[in-house]
Amino acid sequence: MYKVFKIEESNFLIEIGNISKFAGRFFREVIKPKQEYREFLNQCYWIGFKTLTLVGITAFIMGLVLTIQSRPTLVEFGAESMLPAMVSVSLIREIAPVITALICAGKIGSGIGAELGSMRVTEQIDAMEVSGTNPFKYLVVTRVMAATLMVPVLSSLANAISLYGGYLGVNIRGSVSWDLYWFQVFDAMSFGDIIPSMIKTFFFGFAIGIIGCYMGYFSKKGTEGVGRSATTAVIVASLLVFIIDLIAVQVTDLLGLT
Amino acid sequence: MGNNSIVEVKNLYKSFGSNHVLKDFSMSVKAGENMVVLGKSGSGKSVLIKCIINLIEADRGDIKILDQSIQDMDEDEVDKLRAQIGFLFQSNALYDSMTVRENLEFPLRRHWSREQRKMGAEHAVIEALTDVGLAHTIDMMPSELSGGMKKRVALARSLILKPRVILYDEPTTGLDPITSREISELMVTVQKKYNASSIIISHDMNCIRITSNRVIMLIDGKNYSEDTFENLQKSTDPKIREFFD
Ligand SMILES: Nc1ncnc2c1ncn2[C@@H]1O[C@H](COP(=O)(O)OP(=O)(O)O)[C@@H](O)[C@H]1O
Ligand SMILES: [Mg+2]
Repeated sequence: MYKVFKIEESNFLIEIGNISKFAGRFFREVIKPKQEYREFLNQCYWIGFKTLTLVGITAFIMGLVLTIQSRPTLVEFGAESMLPAMVSVSLIREIAPVITALICAGKIGSGIGAELGSMRVTEQIDAMEVSGTNPFKYLVVTRVMAATLMVPVLSSLANAISLYGGYLGVNIRGSVSWDLYWFQVFDAMSFGDIIPSMIKTFFFGFAIGIIGCYMGYFSKKGTEGVGRSATTAVIVASLLVFIIDLIAVQVTDLLGLT
Repeated sequence: MGNNSIVEVKNLYKSFGSNHVLKDFSMSVKAGENMVVLGKSGSGKSVLIKCIINLIEADRGDIKILDQSIQDMDEDEVDKLRAQIGFLFQSNALYDSMTVRENLEFPLRRHWSREQRKMGAEHAVIEALTDVGLAHTIDMMPSELSGGMKKRVALARSLILKPRVILYDEPTTGLDPITSREISELMVTVQKKYNASSIIISHDMNCIRITSNRVIMLIDGKNYSEDTFENLQKSTDPKIREFFD
């Protein structure tokens, strides 16, 4: 672990430059003709469907736990009835998207990093190029696109599931009917809460896809290189999720969407 | 030029930073010839063969394949030329998420039309697999195959477009002696059937004995010596003797 950080630090700026170049190449290649639709759908299935259970369980628990833990504070102020409104706003604006993105950084980022890494090391990427298929288009473009589309989908599902967890959390000690709960939730929320948090998940997905692909695509020789690609992909992608989140909150603030 | 040489490499240079791997390397392979490049581990054999197919860009020098200069081509032309070249990677490079059939069909996606593939892919795949004696593995995954079988399937994949030149990167490294022998003999059979020329990177003496028409010694980034296997075996030059003792 220490070693990973050490390497990251020493080449930090160079690495940022290379990643930007890699992202630039993505935008150049994505508009070239001949899309790999089948591989794209394949990746959507792997990235979306295979992460669904994990995201669902986590979102449910987050909703439940956040509600249980917020109650005592609100009770102290006599504002217990605000519980659904408060919890839902924090879940939708921040917790559900970021937790989803972190889980995806772990699962999707490492998955892509290890997969492309082992393809690089065993010369499968070279073989693709020799047989006339553009490996960047076939492997990178499809995965980045799939991640960019599926992370928002997963995040939306996480929103819904975490709110359901919140409903159960409210009803452990209090009693709020199903209809009233949802009425309070949607009453508390505005477009300024939902839209910016949706938009940032596209950036989360893009970052996770690009980092995973970059680390794998330029994996160093040997099995050790593959492991390192996967680990570094998770670390860098998670960090990027927080940085994007920070930028997103500033932008929403400036635009007066809060 | 044009004196029926299939692959012509002239004064090739390639460095990675301060690591000068190829320094003024030249070679010429004639039609129907099996040329072996012999060199120590790390001497730049893989770099050479990857320069020939333009997977690595050479710093300096000329490469001509089938009288075409691969370095000056655009992407489309490179793909067309590569369709006439089979490449057997040292690590086989079988796509491990695909079946044997899908692996063999993969090169067809670029070079055959949809109709051609519908009509002929099945037949081409079976023919190539039959040539390497593994027709029954068509629906298996690469992970279910032994090392020797993977090598054969990889060879079948590089034969699917009926190449005129086949490049082998250490085809027998990591295989047991019996399998190595089988692969070497298969290479000769295949070369005859497809009437192809080949460049074989190797340091397996038995493989070289079976497959080679001529041998080039790659030492210090240069074409140090070039002769038949039998003559090199008799050489008294200590740098050459190293490989035979
Ligand atoms: N992509 C690369 N980047 C930097 N150095 C490389 C690269 N590929 C090969 N080399 C270096 O070139 C030399 C020759 O490698 P290679 O051709 O793989 O040897 P071999 O003869 O065993 O196939 C080695 O010193 C290796 O470190
Ligand atoms: Mg090699």
